[in-house]
Amino acid sequence: MKPPPRKTDVDAQIDANLKRAFEDLASEPVPDRFTELLSKLRSGEDVPDKGSSSDEQ
Amino acid sequence: MSNDPRDELVEHLGPLRAFALSLCRNSATADDLVQDSLIKAWTNIDKFEPGSNMRAWLFTILRNTYYSLHRKRKREVEDVDGAYADTLAQKPDHDGRLAMRDFNVAFDQLTAEQREALVLVGAGGFSYEEAADTCGVAVGTIKSRVNRGRARLAELMSVEETEAIEITDNVTAGIVAKHGAA
Repeated sequence: MKPPPRKTDVDAQIDANLKRAFEDLASEPVPDRFTELLSKLRSGEDVPDKGSSSDEQ
Repeated sequence: MSNDPRDELVEHLGPLRAFALSLCRNSATADDLVQDSLIKAWTNIDKFEPGSNMRAWLFTILRNTYYSLHRKRKREVEDVDGAYADTLAQKPDHDGRLAMRDFNVAFDQLTAEQREALVLVGAGGFSYEEAADTCGVAVGTIKSRVNRGRARLAELMSVEETEAIEITDNVTAGIVAKHGAA
């Protein structure tokens, strides 16, 4: 059985794509909902125990 | 000592969302997952070991939340809305944009377990050991998920490559045929 050619190239390309997809998403502006949630938690306010309770999108 | 680890949570929001999306592939579900995970992290902050890897700790919370939710409402969670592909499509002038869309379409076809292993190791910079801890499985299991995920992606994407080559060859063949006939 011949090993597939340029296997490491393919892996490196896949990892580069993974990194790019991940970093593009990770560097998106974080929705206010999360920074607001953190300040609510900090001030000890009641927070919705389910994400689904925020109906307005 | 004076540092409250809860102050660090905000630094991990972006990666946490990206990880959530790589698991559930639906932006509304992903954001709900992040919210639930943040609340859990906040209320269980005493279980976080200062100085250890907070991102890995948060990812563990998020994936546990995901899998308990997943068992409850499998169909809903699996409703992929192409969040990865849409996000990338909105980015102008990326030369590899089309290739990235193809990649994301292929990525959607992996199992959630393969996706998380690939994201942790391939994109998140986790070692196999850290990824294994995060997922609560053996190192060998993570290695095999990464290898299978990579092999599947390569297979899915090389199918497209082959098709592209065939089209080019047909065009070439057509041109050659025309010239030959002329």
